[in-house]
Amino acid sequence: MQKSTETIRDCTVSLLRGGSGPPLLFLHGAGGGGIELPFMTRLAERYRLIAPEHPGFGASDEPDWFDNIHDVAYFYLDFLEHLDLAGVHLVGMSLGGWIAMEVAVRSTARLASLTLVCPAGVHVPGLATGDPFAWSPEETFRQGFHDRAFAEAAISRLPDAVEADDIWLKNRAAFARLAWEPRMHDPHLPKWLHRIDVPTRIVWGAHDNILSAGHAEAIAAMIPGAGVTVVPEAGHFLHIEKAGELAAAVEAHTQGA
Amino acid sequence: MKVFFFHLMPYAEVDLDEVRKVGTSWVRLSNRLYDPEKGAMLYERYLNQLERAEELGFDGIGVNEHHQTAYGMMPSPIVMASALARRTHRVKICILGSALPLRQHPLTLAEEHAMIDTLTRGRLIAGFVRGIGAEYHVFGVDPTTSHERFHEAHDLIVRAWTETGPFEFSGKHYRHRYVNTWPRPYQRPHPPIWIPSQGSQETIDFASHPDRRYTYLQTFSPAAAVKKYLDLYRARAQQYGYTALDSQLGWAVPVYVGQTDESAIAEARPHFENFRNCFARMPIEFLLPPGYTSRESMKRVAAAKKSMFGDLAIEPAMEMGMMVCGSAATVRDRLVDYYGEMGFGNLIALLQFGTLPAELTDANMDRFAAGVMPALQALGERPAGQRRVA
Repeated sequence: MQKSTETIRDCTVSLLRGGSGPPLLFLHGAGGGGIELPFMTRLAERYRLIAPEHPGFGASDEPDWFDNIHDVAYFYLDFLEHLDLAGVHLVGMSLGGWIAMEVAVRSTARLASLTLVCPAGVHVPGLATGDPFAWSPEETFRQGFHDRAFAEAAISRLPDAVEADDIWLKNRAAFARLAWEPRMHDPHLPKWLHRIDVPTRIVWGAHDNILSAGHAEAIAAMIPGAGVTVVPEAGHFLHIEKAGELAAAVEAHTQGA
Repeated sequence: MKVFFFHLMPYAEVDLDEVRKVGTSWVRLSNRLYDPEKGAMLYERYLNQLERAEELGFDGIGVNEHHQTAYGMMPSPIVMASALARRTHRVKICILGSALPLRQHPLTLAEEHAMIDTLTRGRLIAGFVRGIGAEYHVFGVDPTTSHERFHEAHDLIVRAWTETGPFEFSGKHYRHRYVNTWPRPYQRPHPPIWIPSQGSQETIDFASHPDRRYTYLQTFSPAAAVKKYLDLYRARAQQYGYTALDSQLGWAVPVYVGQTDESAIAEARPHFENFRNCFARMPIEFLLPPGYTSRESMKRVAAAKKSMFGDLAIEPAMEMGMMVCGSAATVRDRLVDYYGEMGFGNLIALLQFGTLPAELTDANMDRFAAGVMPALQALGERPAGQRRVA
């Protein structure tokens, strides 16, 4: 995939693009984007994959208007218009899944389908959630992966002082801006999820310690016709530890859409 | 020099093994470890100590604000300052400080401070802080907006104190259709505002600005850092076109005075080390939540992580000037020397720290008041020639 930038009004964002076929827009999670992951490489075999870094994150700008999740949702509506995309398969992971829902309740005019991978955004009373803001990077990996080997591998790749890394600090601050309070959700979102009128699939790791898998059915009940796929032996970071399963789930869902 | 007796009011009865097990006394340490009976006993003891400081001749007494921690049992310094307002008659009462951004309605702070200022006929010194990182977890205030909220709340409070109302205040974080506080503060134009800080250029630029000239307090830092930041304040004032007075600068530091140097260290050691290594301990995720301070400052702290988050014994702490300890003569000479180097016109002495028990705190206060304080209070504004600007 190739790196490039797009400037939408006053905000330049960095993007990874590759592949050909129907357009697929992938929205990354709180840890940031900008890196081609194996599930993306696979999806790029069948789709024209577009994976921007959100405003506030990574190599993208930090615009003055970057105050809350709604700002990011409206930005992506502008983004779809700017690239004149239609029939888009929108796939969002965690924080990106939340953004995807916020986009879709506003307009599905340019969307063909929605795939939500363990999305944040909806608070379900009584269901367990973790607090990544209270965790060290090491703890976040241990909580995020079901497979210890993936967690330890990720930890071993951490730079010595990751807390002093510019991009890490930038992503964390952007995540806080969007998700500190209310913690990782928008209390008003459930009121409008019924507006989503494109085929929706919710994919969740069975052993997610950040947003427990029970959220999948709860969110599915709020989106007309939404289906649920629970991936066994997977944690929150199933896009890494179950890359093949995730890509297959996206393919199965979007080909029907 | 003005000398203040400052209290953190730690929950000194806490099970320290539990604190070590949890790794912090902040936010995560369950309040099942808190015993209301012991809490009441400690409040009484600590308030008695603060009240006695007036009899001993201190210029002022100070309290502060911390939330959900055994480090300090004063979630509201307003309550403690109010309790002290009617039991003292001469000393300044310092709130060092109130965490402005944590408030949903900082206008209540303008009101509460005005009340205390009126109750004491103008003995209040206000302190404005942002609150420490852990407290952004407590209140769910987005730490990336901390600076903005601080400045906006500051503007709102100062305007509420100095402009007659009703007027409208319209900010990004705070909006009030009507600002018109009753009572207005007793002091004019308003109670002095002090800025306690761990040191940052942004804070110094703000405090030293000629429109404000707020007293800047460097808190619990090595002496070299204290000197660096106080010098920065003076240099900034010169750039602004005026010469800062020593009274615009202060240092907050733990102090322990014993019979001899040896007995002082022996007596203070476990309690200081508990203060530093148990009560004050918190993980970096709590100390520095995302966006709490500039990216460059975050990087500096993260890079120094190992030294900052390790245990510190009393000797190196004394060596670095993070605490002053010894016989009365030693402590006096040390502080007079520091004054000569740094020129802080206000000493904020923490004479109870960590688990320091009542008898040792009382003895510390007595020895400090008799053998150290008079020499400090005799120090006037240093002649201009002795002021060095970095």
